[in-house]
Amino acid sequence: MMQVDVANPNPAAKRDWRPRIARYATLAALLALIAFNFAFTNHFASIQTLYVNLTQVATIVIVGVGMTLVIATGGIDLSVGSLMAISGALAPIIFLGKIAAIGEIHVAVGLAMLVAVLASGAFGWFNGWLITKYRIQPIIATLVLFIAGRGIAQVSTNGNLQPFKTPAFQWIGLGRWFGVPVQVVIMILLVIAAAWVLKSTLFGRQILAIGGNERAARLAGVPVGNVKRWVYGISGLCSGIAGLVVIAINSSSDANLVGMGMELDAIAAVAVGGTLLSGGRATVWGTLLGALIIQLVRYTLLANGVPDDVAKLVKAGLIVAAVWLQGRGRA
Amino acid sequence: MKKSGLVSFLSTQGVLIALAALIVFGWLRYDNFLGLFNISTVLRYNSMFALVALGMCFVIMTGGIDLSVGAVAALGSVVSALASPYGVVPGLLAGVGAGLVIGVLNAVIIVRLRILPFIATLATMLTANGAGLLLAQDQSVSVSYESGFTEIGQGDFYNLPIPALIAALAYVVGSVVLNFTSAGRTVLAIGGNEDASRLMGLPVDRVKFLTYVVSGGLAGLAGVILASQFGAGQPIEGIGWELFAIAAVVVGGTLLTGGLGSVGATLAGVMLLGLIFNILNFENGRGFISLSAYWQSVIRGAFLLIVVILQSRLTDRADREERA
Repeated sequence: MMQVDVANPNPAAKRDWRPRIARYATLAALLALIAFNFAFTNHFASIQTLYVNLTQVATIVIVGVGMTLVIATGGIDLSVGSLMAISGALAPIIFLGKIAAIGEIHVAVGLAMLVAVLASGAFGWFNGWLITKYRIQPIIATLVLFIAGRGIAQVSTNGNLQPFKTPAFQWIGLGRWFGVPVQVVIMILLVIAAAWVLKSTLFGRQILAIGGNERAARLAGVPVGNVKRWVYGISGLCSGIAGLVVIAINSSSDANLVGMGMELDAIAAVAVGGTLLSGGRATVWGTLLGALIIQLVRYTLLANGVPDDVAKLVKAGLIVAAVWLQGRGRA
Repeated sequence: MKKSGLVSFLSTQGVLIALAALIVFGWLRYDNFLGLFNISTVLRYNSMFALVALGMCFVIMTGGIDLSVGAVAALGSVVSALASPYGVVPGLLAGVGAGLVIGVLNAVIIVRLRILPFIATLATMLTANGAGLLLAQDQSVSVSYESGFTEIGQGDFYNLPIPALIAALAYVVGSVVLNFTSAGRTVLAIGGNEDASRLMGLPVDRVKFLTYVVSGGLAGLAGVILASQFGAGQPIEGIGWELFAIAAVVVGGTLLTGGLGSVGATLAGVMLLGLIFNILNFENGRGFISLSAYWQSVIRGAFLLIVVILQSRLTDRADREERA
């Protein structure tokens, strides 16, 4: 913004308090919510409640990790939900042997997962290619696959539900590793990996440099096109994984429903988590916290008898309040 | 200046050429394609999208975006269905009023709190969705058939569908406002360069405020037509309308960065995307091929893809020519 604050010659010092408070406010809000639930919600202090909440939030966080990286470059990815549908449609087609029967189920499942996630990643890469090659705004470039992607998933399954009962595949949504739901482990591993990439690698620095000032980054020799294509590709990969988790939980794949509205949930988690929406500053841990807060608020309201529709209003208020409080993502 | 004029001509008139080609194609290939029944069905159904896209067009021309319109239309349909027993006018006013309320909310969050339009309207989308479901008690609300409310969506006026007339009127007003009033000029100026417009003393905040209010009101009106056309207020209808509207606006050649746009081309964009579905139905009717309805989103996506790529090439060339 091009406004000069006459009364305050050093506007940075004045504006600084909000992000600093917000950084801890996200964590504090989460802790307060947990404390509230311990005090007032019945049966809250159980490992089961923990896992219910974590499994529900896992797909949002998995997609949110990719979304955080995309937003860190100053972009946005609307196609994530549709890419989940594509991945969710492709995997059963392969492991149910609809194209070619594969004898060994583990081979079939392995191939199905690989193809589904890579296809989703390739579509993500295509987003990045559109954005960098034709300099199309991310919101429009990813709108193409938002519309067409679900269509591709529906066409490839003829819009039919694909039910299955394949334990060799469904461990990704129903299994446990050392007692912890598998998708929660995947979520945590992805968060750790992405946080490390952002903080400690050249690639991470380049992502933030592009989001901070793309032209300057280009002049400084950052391979802007390459980095962006990778980032959208990664977002596609994350969506692909999330798509597999969702169909594994449901024991079926419905191209009309898988990933519906996911783009909004993921963006909301990123926003509440404190990532700068115009790019240049990002926190993957924040996205995890943001998703947990949104989930826990909803859980708290539902567990205390508030209808889901009201919970939506609260979520809306939460998003606006968080973004406003952080003084980030401001026009 | 002359050459960039050519570019803007191509990027706004291209959609008209494509639309004309599609209509000629349908006319030559299918019987009854230009029959009264088909035309009136297409116009009646697409008038809702046309209204939503008109509001979106103005918002986008200021460089903003309104993701809440689909949920607002759903809310409008519920509220107007609830008010429909009291007559046509109360039903109409209630639906539009609900849209205006969300529009004002959008405007306040964006203009006063200075939160990105993207996030602000994302939040109000949830708000409208939640409010609609709450008022409808999670089910569709049937409208009153005695009060004449259904005439708004189902009625004809000299063989022309009333919703299409409403949309046409809205587009005429929109076009006049954009081309012949200072507010319209300001809309384009803001999209071109908001800071410069502010420094020039243009009422930037007031005009931005108005565009979101209008967008909300038009979405509410689309909701009224939805309720009256299908006989029920539908709280979960309208999902994805916002993105359909954005696609139509972009296909119509309005730059998403703002500053350039055409109301008429937006209408052509809506018709183009709408006709794709219509032609798909006709094609299936001939029985040679059988494309499922799911192909329509693939084809729409492909259309959008072609248009944005063409647009980017055209504007790229304009950039180069201006620099040269």
